[in-house]
Amino acid sequence: MQELINRAKELLADGTVARVLGWKGGDLPYNPEPAYFETAEELADFVYNSFCGANLSKYMIEASKLEGKTMVCLKPCDTYSFNQLIKEHRVDREKAYIVGVGCKGKLDIEKIKKKGVKGIESIEGAEITDEADTLKIQTIYGEKSCAYADAMLERCHVCKGKEHMVYDELIGDSKETKDADRFDEVARIEAMSPEEKFAFFQKELSKCIRCNACRNACPACSCRKCVFDSTKFDSSQKANVDSFEEKMFHIIRAFHVAGRCTDCGECSRVCPQGIPLHLFNRKFIKDIDGLYGEYQAGADTTSKAPLTNYTFEDAEPSIVGKRG
Amino acid sequence: MSLEKKEFKPKIVAFCCNWCSYAGADLAGSSRLTYPADVKIIRVPCSCRVNPMFILRAFEKGADGVIMCGCHPGDCHYSTGNFYARRRMTLLFSMLDYIGVENGRTRVEWVSAAEGVKFSETMNSFVEKIYSLGENVRLGDLRCKS
Amino acid sequence: MQRIGVFVCHCGSNIAATVDVSKVAEMALMEPGVVHAEDYQYMCSEAGQAKIAAAIQEKNLTGMVVCSCSPRMHEATFRKAAERAGLNPYMVEIANIREHCSWIHKDVEEATKKAVILMRAAIAKVNLNAPLQPGESRVTKRALVIGGGIAGIQTAIDIADAGYEVDIVEKTPSIGGRMSQLDKTFPTLDCSACILTPKMVEASAHEKINIYTYSEVEKVSGFVGDFTVDIRKKARSVDMDKCTGCGVCQEKCPSKKAPSEFNRGLNTRSAIYTPFAQAIPNVPVIDREACIKFKTGKCGLCAKVCQAGAVDYEQKDEIVTEKYGAIVVATGFDTIKLDQYDEYAYSQSKDVITSLELERVMNAAGPTHGHLERLSDGKAPKEIVFIQCVGSRCSDDRGKPYCSKICCMYTAKHAMLIRDKYPDVNVTVFYIDVRTPGKNFDEFYRRAVEQYGVNYIKGQVGKVIPQPNGKLLVQGSDLLDNKQILKEADMVVLATAIEPNPDVRKIATMLTASIDTNNFLTEAHAKLRPVESPTAGIFLSGVCQGPKDIPETVAQAGAAAVKAIGLLAKDKLLTNPCTAQSDILLCNGCSTCENVCPYGAITYEDKEVNDHGIRETRRIAVVNSALCQGCGACTVACPSGAMDLQGFSNRQIIAEVDAICR
Repeated sequence: MQELINRAKELLADGTVARVLGWKGGDLPYNPEPAYFETAEELADFVYNSFCGANLSKYMIEASKLEGKTMVCLKPCDTYSFNQLIKEHRVDREKAYIVGVGCKGKLDIEKIKKKGVKGIESIEGAEITDEADTLKIQTIYGEKSCAYADAMLERCHVCKGKEHMVYDELIGDSKETKDADRFDEVARIEAMSPEEKFAFFQKELSKCIRCNACRNACPACSCRKCVFDSTKFDSSQKANVDSFEEKMFHIIRAFHVAGRCTDCGECSRVCPQGIPLHLFNRKFIKDIDGLYGEYQAGADTTSKAPLTNYTFEDAEPSIVGKRG
Repeated sequence: MSLEKKEFKPKIVAFCCNWCSYAGADLAGSSRLTYPADVKIIRVPCSCRVNPMFILRAFEKGADGVIMCGCHPGDCHYSTGNFYARRRMTLLFSMLDYIGVENGRTRVEWVSAAEGVKFSETMNSFVEKIYSLGENVRLGDLRCKS
Repeated sequence: MQRIGVFVCHCGSNIAATVDVSKVAEMALMEPGVVHAEDYQYMCSEAGQAKIAAAIQEKNLTGMVVCSCSPRMHEATFRKAAERAGLNPYMVEIANIREHCSWIHKDVEEATKKAVILMRAAIAKVNLNAPLQPGESRVTKRALVIGGGIAGIQTAIDIADAGYEVDIVEKTPSIGGRMSQLDKTFPTLDCSACILTPKMVEASAHEKINIYTYSEVEKVSGFVGDFTVDIRKKARSVDMDKCTGCGVCQEKCPSKKAPSEFNRGLNTRSAIYTPFAQAIPNVPVIDREACIKFKTGKCGLCAKVCQAGAVDYEQKDEIVTEKYGAIVVATGFDTIKLDQYDEYAYSQSKDVITSLELERVMNAAGPTHGHLERLSDGKAPKEIVFIQCVGSRCSDDRGKPYCSKICCMYTAKHAMLIRDKYPDVNVTVFYIDVRTPGKNFDEFYRRAVEQYGVNYIKGQVGKVIPQPNGKLLVQGSDLLDNKQILKEADMVVLATAIEPNPDVRKIATMLTASIDTNNFLTEAHAKLRPVESPTAGIFLSGVCQGPKDIPETVAQAGAAAVKAIGLLAKDKLLTNPCTAQSDILLCNGCSTCENVCPYGAITYEDKEVNDHGIRETRRIAVVNSALCQGCGACTVACPSGAMDLQGFSNRQIIAEVDAICR
């Protein structure tokens, strides 16, 4: 982290960048938040630890409009989102000085809390330089511990890899954290009966409070104005009042980002209700990979997206019923 | 509100592209090839004009089945429209299947302007399927139901 | 709120027998916005249209719905009627209660109910209609033809004969194209040059035709009726105005080692050259790669011997910018490269040649002056094997999946000509199928077999093996007799697949004309619009659209000319107002819509916007309504709903959905 701060100070000092986009500590030990830093003094608040899950690439849409360059800290998975935003002309590559930061898997405080750990005062082992496999958690009830891997975000278990897709320089090492297949859960649901599927999603989606956190965090959901907020479709502009709208919202949201979603997992990370929203996006990704060939959004800035592409031999929609 | 169970009359929306399928439906009509009156056709310039939102909207408002018809792949009046439509609908239908909506409620058929018979047969078989599935309860807006 | 009139047509008894038309009219009055409803026997009749006009004027209608036959039948009729009465024609919607209702349902109650629902959907839509004005765009009365082969020449002559200016852009130093390389033509066996040369002369002498040879299209902008094209005139190093075409420079040129493109590299030419004797224009070019003056600075002999003083070593490429109303692509074809077909020993033996090379060998102006001889040793061949479908109808990616279409006929021609002139030469043809549809074509092929004794063997050749004695051992199979064949030949001729000119992809990209996986240009409709590209104002002539022979090419060239003339004859183009439009405040500028537009109608501009007080420059999609055909692909690709289609807007379609599901 100190290396990052030092570099940020250098870049600010020599005028390479006008500001730094990173994270600062929150009110609790596990909730750092995205923040801009414009001076060396402000950087005193800079943090980068295993709770810095937020994908900062979306912030570059607004930062691209500011005077001068912005130093932005991007984890390997965040760089896919950034590339996708370049492709869609939403960010200006010239306005970003990308520092590819190392990542050893980000932590999910909810997973720790679910283990019955309450009253957390501090967490040891979450610094980016720590090599510990176990987190030591000081609580008002005494010291607790938790295996690092058990506290990792779902997305880190299916990590896309340690490579940064786009950067100006790299600081810090990354760790291989993948120990699961990202489509396992989708396949498990696909194998259910229609009744079970419906019950599963009904249960999950009925938790939705339409707070729009998923939409706000999603780097692909970057429309200036969402269709659900405009009058163009006579679509609802309000909180869910019936069981249908939440489905409509999440299906359309997933559809709109299909072929553009990099599977960064921010939607699920930020959902205050803990809805596994990534299951919608992953379903589309799984279908796209299976039907039209493997495609990773954000791996480059030029390839044709699956929904703006076709082949004569594409599968017919009737394949949906036939795949069993 | 009556407690008596009413006879099920499905609501079926058919999106037809202007150049092939709508003309195919016209040919079915002029050839007097019948299909149930439950089917109502909406004319769109091309199958690629059909937004997944329209389909979900129909279900929200109480449709029991939605079918989209377009020119055969390769015959699109606009060359490539139905290719995009095909991918969009494949993904949408797969998603609906994934959340537990019976996949028989959605269908895509390619019907040319010369295929009046196919149009009529398609509609007959689709309506039959919807009758067998019964009322759409999983996607409807519950506020609209009495 | 709209003031809508609803007109329910009986269509005699076609509708009225199954639909209670007066009930439908009565129900109409209960719908929002409807201020007038009536039914009448024949709405499309003059009396019916008069009723519509009267209602529009008396009730001050702002929109109307006609419940009648299919809009494909009478939408135009009712739109015109509305327009005559002062109502914008795009405020008219049709509820199709005949083809989609009365004709297919028997029960009156059921049919009436459905008719009412269809009417409601139409009313719901009209409530959201907005008057649309077709745009106008001007037409530059000049056509560009890209490619100066027989297709381009014929198209240019036909357009010019109709009185319009035409420019031909030809990449090589002369017009004439592939046909100029052919010796004889099937099925009449007349000499290719004898029928082509007069056409070339006619084109070059035509007062309306201007020919740019040794030139290429560099840049295209604009749209139907109003294209702007940059043409690069490559430096010829010879002044076109001064040169008399005497040919002395070519005789004296000391550099004579450049392979002759015209003779398919079978012999050589001088560095300053015209590709062939009848070239038009008869003005040589200097091949700067081969010229000693350009390579070493010494020589300059051609300039010295040129009495007209036409040689100009300082000449530079020149860019000409011209405006056109229509562009015809006639870029033609080439034979495929045979690298992938080494089993036929093309690269190993000079006596294995392509059919196009054989044309040059048979031609009096060719490398052997028309004598049939082996290119390795000049001996007269006694045994010639023709192999069909080399690279055509190929299921793997070595060759082309399509039939090249002309090979069966030209092979029959070659075989017949050889047997006619050299009766002692045996000719064997290996074929998969013989495909000879066309006027007098099959008769021609049968003559080759029956009268000229050409030996046709159904089967493929596996390998051609050059022998130490100079012969070629041909290993093939006879599928009909089910046996292997080993044949010693003196010469092997490969019916090499044809493919679109490799430059066509670059040209198609410039024109935003679509192209298929085989690099053939796509037609607007495979059956009904075969000579038009889906991109308005772009027409297709000749093999660039698909394999075809000379008569088909000439016919298509004429058809393309007629389509171009039809466009040029108009002073202004009315553009379809049902086009896409992007909402400046909602557009993300993400380029998704551009990727699905088949017409290249969408571009992006940096625009100043004022979004509720936020002033900034944004990248915004802009639809060129002259190019947009209104398919709507972009509207669904657009995630924010910024892109919408006039006449079929999101809200209109949703209103119809809602009315039907009500």
